[in-house]
Amino acid sequence: MKEDLNLLEQAAHNDYKYGFVTNIDTDTIPKGLSEAVIELISKKKNEPEWMLKWRLKAYAHWLKMEEPTWPNVKYPPINYQDIIYYAAPKKKEQLNSLDEVDPELLRTFEKLGISLDEQKRLSGVAVDVVMDSVSIATSFKEQLSEIGVIFCSISEAIQQHPELVKKYLGSVVPMTDNYFSALNSAVFTDGSFCYIPKGVRCPMELSTYFRINAENSGQFERTLIIAEDESYVSYLEGCTAPMRDENQLHAAVVELVAMEKAEIKYSTVQNWYPGDKNGQGGIYNFVTKRGICAGNHSKISWTQVETGSAITWKYPSVILKGDYSIGEFYSVAFTNHHQQADTGTKMIHLGKNTRSRIVAKGISAGQSNNSYRGLVRASKQATNARNYSQCDSLLLGDQCGAHTFPYIEVKNKTAIVEHEATTSKIGEDQLFYCRQRGIDAEAAVALIVNGFAKEVMNQLPMEFAIEAQKLLAISMEGSVG
Amino acid sequence: MLSIKNIHANVEGKEILKGINLEIKPGEVHAIMGPNGSGKSTLASVLAGREEYEVTEGEVLFSGKDLLELSIEDRAREGLFLAFQYPVEIPGVSTTNFIKAAVNEKRKYQGLEPLDAVSFLKMMKEKMAMVEIGQSLLSRSINEGFSGGEKKRNEIFQMAMLEPKLAILDETDSGLDIDALRIVANGINKLRTPDRSILLITHYQRLLDYIQPDYVHVLYKGRIVKSGTKELALELEEKGYDFITESIDQSANV
Ligand SMILES: Nc1ncnc2c1ncn2[C@@H]1O[C@H](COP(=O)(O)OP(=O)(O)OP(=O)(O)O)[C@@H](O)[C@H]1O
Ligand SMILES: [Mg+2]
Repeated sequence: MKEDLNLLEQAAHNDYKYGFVTNIDTDTIPKGLSEAVIELISKKKNEPEWMLKWRLKAYAHWLKMEEPTWPNVKYPPINYQDIIYYAAPKKKEQLNSLDEVDPELLRTFEKLGISLDEQKRLSGVAVDVVMDSVSIATSFKEQLSEIGVIFCSISEAIQQHPELVKKYLGSVVPMTDNYFSALNSAVFTDGSFCYIPKGVRCPMELSTYFRINAENSGQFERTLIIAEDESYVSYLEGCTAPMRDENQLHAAVVELVAMEKAEIKYSTVQNWYPGDKNGQGGIYNFVTKRGICAGNHSKISWTQVETGSAITWKYPSVILKGDYSIGEFYSVAFTNHHQQADTGTKMIHLGKNTRSRIVAKGISAGQSNNSYRGLVRASKQATNARNYSQCDSLLLGDQCGAHTFPYIEVKNKTAIVEHEATTSKIGEDQLFYCRQRGIDAEAAVALIVNGFAKEVMNQLPMEFAIEAQKLLAISMEGSVG
Repeated sequence: MLSIKNIHANVEGKEILKGINLEIKPGEVHAIMGPNGSGKSTLASVLAGREEYEVTEGEVLFSGKDLLELSIEDRAREGLFLAFQYPVEIPGVSTTNFIKAAVNEKRKYQGLEPLDAVSFLKMMKEKMAMVEIGQSLLSRSINEGFSGGEKKRNEIFQMAMLEPKLAILDETDSGLDIDALRIVANGINKLRTPDRSILLITHYQRLLDYIQPDYVHVLYKGRIVKSGTKELALELEEKGYDFITESIDQSANV
């Protein structure tokens, strides 16, 4: 292992394949945040008055709040006046079809492995693409609307479906929830909106691809998914950003609402630029994701594969309000070099016979730090609530850290909460065994890590599981000799 | 096939192998016996390339190549196989996928295309029958929760799949019950070919009842102190190591 460790230090090169910049005309507003800036954003998006009011209210809250310091991450203070809050690729007035999308943009997404061409697109996946502050294109929209599924950008939803947006926006993550959700509520620019009507099983994966391109800009996306009674949807988001020396802020809010017997499966493959091997640059990924199982027998399942970002701070949560509702959280967080991740979940049991399951796998390499932070709360009314949590950490090398912070609050005597945690190191014996069979060290580590993460990977939709495995392998390149 | 000349090796600064000489020709089976701690597994590890063993002197030729110059994985790809005394567990990695990766790495090294799923399955079936191992074991994570005997059988199965030129079997017989011993030994016998050499490390004559070695060597304190034919193993069984080691310890004290 000593030898491997040396190699680890030597070979700490960075192989972020998505680090290119697209040269495209961008409409940006000056740096800085103020009421005037918010008004400008709202105006650029041609928003109704109620939306602007909502934003300004959030901004007023934000001004009174303080940035949280409790996460187990370190970073220099963020200057919120030094960020550009709106940047959009310039486009023609109204796009009638994908043919009108700037070819440079199409090339960008081809390069990222996302074809927007509906014919060429993998069957069974509809994609919404968000670059910097705006949604560029959404595919398969018409086919979906035939069965009543609305899948569009949130900006479009504000225009076309204001009653739904008004009803649900901020209903799961109130604007006052935390510092970054308040900021997001004030300045969010785009994101995805999905509405699945009663009794409809969405026939294809819905997916959104987020890309930060512009310099000095922040990305504040907002996603809202509503699944009516007895409906089902599987949604996937992916994200990348160019390699830049400065840190860029990404502060998203995602809200999910599952009504009676509805099921939402939300998967994330997060691959924001993690910074270079010395910890220079990279995305600050400060995200609030929360779903509510509003109806009885509803289910929300979060699956995340987190390999990118300089700092990740996120806790996809489920409020189990309906009786017999189910919340799940499956997570793989990989950190390398100087990356820091403080991630986990909250399962809030309110209804009777509610169940939750948490499987969190943290993998740390280099000098990185990986923390799991999870809260399981069973309220007084949560009779027979059940939770099972399992947190496993795998260390590659001896300069990285893994930490587990489980919080358990049980107010009902019939609730049962189980927690298991393990920490292991890739053993020299395991590596030798693989190498003796002809599998080189790098491939061996990928094999061992994928084995470790398998239970979570299995939760991803098939084609993304393969992508995620490759991504994990790429992220680990150079982490062991 | 394998030519070991005057190998000295240290671990943590302590000399464990003190000048080993051994010549193995294609198709030959050599048995190495010797008391606990004499350096048998160390020799196997040195040949396989384990990094914490430092070779301070000597050379090893394997099929005409300088073995000590090759990386661990290249030694394996050249056809050196080690069945471990203590096979490790790798959670979450299915045995089948692992073996597939290993087989294809070797093929890549030989400039061959990876095996397609059908040919791979066919090969699996064939070798499974040969070493009498079940499908259920192979779909589980490598060695995870395997019994001692199952681990050893899995090693021999991997040997069958990888078709090595030289197989070093480190106490593959220990921990096996009578039936498992017979099955494993039969498997090994089926894998004996005119150009495949086998180095058997064992403490027990009973394995050699099944697998007849061409030569038997006694390793003691880092040296091969006696070599003979299979009759030597019988003699050892009867008299123990003392009749050899005493005279050596005496001469060392002179
Ligand atoms: N990694 C190591 N660190 C320290 N000492 C070691 C190491 N590996 C082997 N040794 C020592 O080298 C000597 C030879 O060990 P080895 O495992 O080769 O013996 P062996 O002949 O295989 O014994 P056994 O019959 O018990 O398997 C022993 O004294 C052992 O303690
Ligand atoms: Mg031994």
